[in-house]
Amino acid sequence: MTSLLPPASAAGGALASGPTDLSAAPARRRRPGFRPALVLTLLPVLLIAAWALFPGLFTGQDPISGIPQEKFQAPTAGHWFGTDHLGRDVFARVVHGTSQTFLTAGLAVLIGLAAGTLIGVLAATGGRAADAVSMRLVDVLLAVPGFLIALIIVTASAPGPVSLGLGVGIAAIASFARVVRAEVLRVRNLEFVEAAFLTGGTYWTVLRRHLLPNAAGPVLSLVAVDLGAAILVVSSLGFLGFGAPPPEPEWGLLIAEGRQYLGTAWWMTTLPGLVIVATVVLLAAVGRQLLTSFRF
Amino acid sequence: MARYLLHRFGQALLVVWLAYTLIFLAVQLLPSDPVTIFLTSDSAVDQAAIDTMKAQYGYDQPLLLQYLSQLGALLQGDVGYSLTSGEAVTERIGGAIGSTLALAASALAAAVVIALAVVAAATLAPSPVLRRALANLPPLFSAVPVFWLGLVLLELLSIRLGVLSLFPDGSFLSLAVPVLVLAVHVSAPMAQVLLKSVEQVYRQPFIDVLRAKGASPVWIFCRHALQNAAGPALSILGITVGTLFAGSVITETVFARAGLGSVVLQAVTTQDVPLVQGLVLLTATVFVAVNLLVDLLHPLLDPRILKDARQGSAPALAS
Repeated sequence: MTSLLPPASAAGGALASGPTDLSAAPARRRRPGFRPALVLTLLPVLLIAAWALFPGLFTGQDPISGIPQEKFQAPTAGHWFGTDHLGRDVFARVVHGTSQTFLTAGLAVLIGLAAGTLIGVLAATGGRAADAVSMRLVDVLLAVPGFLIALIIVTASAPGPVSLGLGVGIAAIASFARVVRAEVLRVRNLEFVEAAFLTGGTYWTVLRRHLLPNAAGPVLSLVAVDLGAAILVVSSLGFLGFGAPPPEPEWGLLIAEGRQYLGTAWWMTTLPGLVIVATVVLLAAVGRQLLTSFRF
Repeated sequence: MARYLLHRFGQALLVVWLAYTLIFLAVQLLPSDPVTIFLTSDSAVDQAAIDTMKAQYGYDQPLLLQYLSQLGALLQGDVGYSLTSGEAVTERIGGAIGSTLALAASALAAAVVIALAVVAAATLAPSPVLRRALANLPPLFSAVPVFWLGLVLLELLSIRLGVLSLFPDGSFLSLAVPVLVLAVHVSAPMAQVLLKSVEQVYRQPFIDVLRAKGASPVWIFCRHALQNAAGPALSILGITVGTLFAGSVITETVFARAGLGSVVLQAVTTQDVPLVQGLVLLTATVFVAVNLLVDLLHPLLDPRILKDARQGSAPALAS
């Protein structure tokens, strides 16, 4: 088997799981994790992710109940992002709102990834009919704006984070399905896949050990980019009032609340918005880094 | 050519029909029929009222019959009636679409200008540092939430500087600012794709030949690079429809403009299913029509595509 492998490992075995598959050319194996630029962009993303997991570590203030005497205070060392109309610390609300926004966006990406992978693999390996049917389905999903799909799901069920995540996720299926299909098609025609079939690999083992791992790079990159896009859609819909109900701090809702005090408290809209911009920019940068580190 | 046209047109119709059917099926997944949901959402109503309204809207018919009659009506241009106002859905949408179309069309034009300007600057700027900085603008643009940019500009222009009224008053600025907000968002994917494709063109040997012949950088960019790079950027135009739609809804809300945005939000908050169906049908049709147009324009820009199509493999939709 190893005699068939040199072209395969050159074509890219960076992610192949089986150690025996790659023993022929260990020197060519790349280690995507060691890129300093990737680590540098990943660190702030991890910091924001830590806000979602342990908000209490980053702010000591209460996000829900405020001190009425301290309302509408401009940003100071004590209140980094100032305080809102009820005297709540805006930075605390941003930090505590991270989990809400990230969970909803994460749910969306998970749905898009799972269903998109299923449809993409089916389209790439299931023959012409399966390809035509799944790609028309993807066309339909693309034809209805994701924003409207999310709104429809919210119409059908009550507004809330789960229905919002579901709606945004369904809208994300199309792009995942396209990328997975393109990647699997690219890998499927490489010689080492043929070799894997010839040496007795079944559909499932080849899919699991060769096709999916080698298709993972661009898909992983899309996960990062799409998480950013989902955060934008989730916060937009939260801004319009279709997300978490008011006392809950959610990024879009925070800005919607600040909208009423645009004249008195610029920090209530501007600063949470900057956090959204930074998060999405960083996630997009991580996505680009991942794409270049996995490019063969 | 005729066969290619027919094939693409059939595909477009198929997508619209499938989108409509999927929405019809999705409506069936609701806990009960649209009328019951609509009437019971605010207060207790008696069953008789629900039944008469159901009969009026045809929701008491068997499923297949409902589907066929709705589809039949659709073919005659009848999309149904709004549950909230009783108006025809076409009238409801038609009454609001004008100002949204004006906003979206101006924003699209402005977005094309912004994208071209960014790409030209990022390619032609004298220093490499500046070029890199400009190339990072499109990812930044796409990360800025429309509603936030709108609010920040409102804060700055109306409250700080007092040059813009908080509500639309017909002045130039009150149209220009929403258009700009939407255009920045829409220009991002265009600029990204165009920049990437311009960079690819610049790696080709004919650019070196042009340089060797003494053509100026501006001439090379405008006359040769841009023309060769336009294809992929044209494809992204098709996908822009969805971005424009979502962006318009949000921009209209932020700037308190009348238009499709308020219809969409009202349809969703009052669970007005026929209206939502009409909106889906509208956006799907526009999306498909724009993509069809883009596909038909492609061979004009790049004759190779038509040759490929003649040889049997139809070009993929905006891949």
